[in-house]
Amino acid sequence: MSLGMSRRIATLAVTAFILCLAAASAFAQTPAPPTPNKGDVAWMLTASVLVLLMTIPGLALFYGGLVRTKNMLSMLMQVFFVVCLVCIIWVLYGYSLAFSEGGSLNAYVGGLSKAFLAGVTPESTAETFTDGVVIPEYVYICFQMTFACITPALIVGAMAERIKFSALVLFIPLWVTFVYFPIAHMVWYWAGPAATVGAAKTLAAATGDAKAAAQAAMDAVTANAGLAFGWGALDFAGGTVVHINSGIAGLMGALLVGRRVGYGKEAMPPHSLTMTLIGAALLWVGWFGFNAGSALEAGGTAALAMINTFVATAAAALAWMLAEKVAKGKPSLLGGASGAVAGLVAVTPAAGFAGPMGAIVLGIVAGFVCMFFCSAIKNALGYDDALDVFGVHCIGGIIGALGTGILAAPILGGSGVFDYTTGKVGDYDMLAQFITQAKAVCLTLIWSGVGSFILFSIVKMVVGLRPGTDQEREGLDLVDHGERAYNY
Amino acid sequence: MKLVTAIIKPFKLEEVRSALTDLGLQGMTVTEVKGYGRQKGHTEIYRGAEYAVSFLPKIKIEVVVPEGTVDKAVEAIVRTARTGQIGYGKIFVSPLEPAVRVRTGETDDSAI
Repeated sequence: MSLGMSRRIATLAVTAFILCLAAASAFAQTPAPPTPNKGDVAWMLTASVLVLLMTIPGLALFYGGLVRTKNMLSMLMQVFFVVCLVCIIWVLYGYSLAFSEGGSLNAYVGGLSKAFLAGVTPESTAETFTDGVVIPEYVYICFQMTFACITPALIVGAMAERIKFSALVLFIPLWVTFVYFPIAHMVWYWAGPAATVGAAKTLAAATGDAKAAAQAAMDAVTANAGLAFGWGALDFAGGTVVHINSGIAGLMGALLVGRRVGYGKEAMPPHSLTMTLIGAALLWVGWFGFNAGSALEAGGTAALAMINTFVATAAAALAWMLAEKVAKGKPSLLGGASGAVAGLVAVTPAAGFAGPMGAIVLGIVAGFVCMFFCSAIKNALGYDDALDVFGVHCIGGIIGALGTGILAAPILGGSGVFDYTTGKVGDYDMLAQFITQAKAVCLTLIWSGVGSFILFSIVKMVVGLRPGTDQEREGLDLVDHGERAYNY
Repeated sequence: MKLVTAIIKPFKLEEVRSALTDLGLQGMTVTEVKGYGRQKGHTEIYRGAEYAVSFLPKIKIEVVVPEGTVDKAVEAIVRTARTGQIGYGKIFVSPLEPAVRVRTGETDDSAI
């Protein structure tokens, strides 16, 4: 061995030693807090605005087209008002009640530690569903705000054409406070991926006495979640929180407000199915923000949610039209638009879990069942859910929530459920998941059903729910707002 | 001088107008109206709700015709507005007292 050669080896050895030291010292430092990825941020900013588009003008036009001309403006106004009001309530205390740790009531509702957005700065971050990936907390607050806005806006369709505006002014703040924020907390609040993964790593590494302490820490992290999340219920984008929740509340409203004057005797055809189609189409477009945005990142899961939101919707619209053709002789545009919304509702909880073929099946089932419900069953029961909020959103939401338990199964092309403690998709027990989904559905139906019944009853006692018969005949546009939708 | 009032299906308006123009008639008044005759209304279905719609959209044509042209005008409307099915409309002919052209003050036949 030449001298030069051995010198070179020595140099290499020293270099390697220094590198090792450097690596070790880097290891010893606490890792820098994760910073948001600009792609994720850009997508979530966009998704938040898309969800707002769903409500205004999407939902407002969808509903508005379905009422009679004399109530068009009131429908637009009610939806617009709900959005504005809930935006403010959300930042005052709604976000805190839904997405902060709630102490002894944590299973049901959050606390007030983030009331008035206390402590939130442009540097604050919220975790996504991946360990180490974050988005600015302000974006997360805005994104979730749009969900809080659309859910109570959905309810007003059930009492369309006959609820006093003043009744809504009182009802909406009560409802979001006692029904929406708690349910959002129960279904979506959890400790987050970083805490879960961290606790799992500590537990795996712990030995002897430390093991018990690590297990206790792991249990504490697992327990720091809303009730339904703790059960393991899957709700990707809000099938329970948004749709079952608003659907059952709408039914309670329709029952307590009572039927429209002349219901079943006078013709009450939609005044503009053109508006309704524009609204339904805007709902579909905005729903990509709703579903794909619920991935909280611009990645593969968002892409899966996007394709599912395309195909389930199309399948449900075709199914409803086909069912009408068979049952009534003619496929209708309103049927197609209603089917599309039913499909969107059903795919919401499943969007990031089902495969595209599963989503098509889910859409077809939702289209058929909701069509049957909105025509045969509603007529048989005789309640006046004016714009079929219960028939489309609650029934479609239940189909979606239960269907998610089946279609998330990897053998059916689903993604399964990611286990943060092991770092991979766990074994999938379809029956157990289905039962968990059913529990979450029942929880939402009972909480929102009973809660909404009580709140509507309170409003009925305080300001009354409906205008006088003459006022109702004149139309809510002039009676409540002193203006008409159309002057020509 | 007669007033010919015809209630027809909206999509037949253009054919009727062109037939009357071919007779040399120089003007007409058209109104969108609703009504029903022996064909009654029809049913419309919106989601689960079926409505009997009694009043159907129609077009009312009013045209003032000199005495000698009345029969030809009525025949032209019948020919163009009819397809043999129920619900294609009615024609009413009524006498007309003075007609005046606003611009010149001309009266009767010279006013139309």
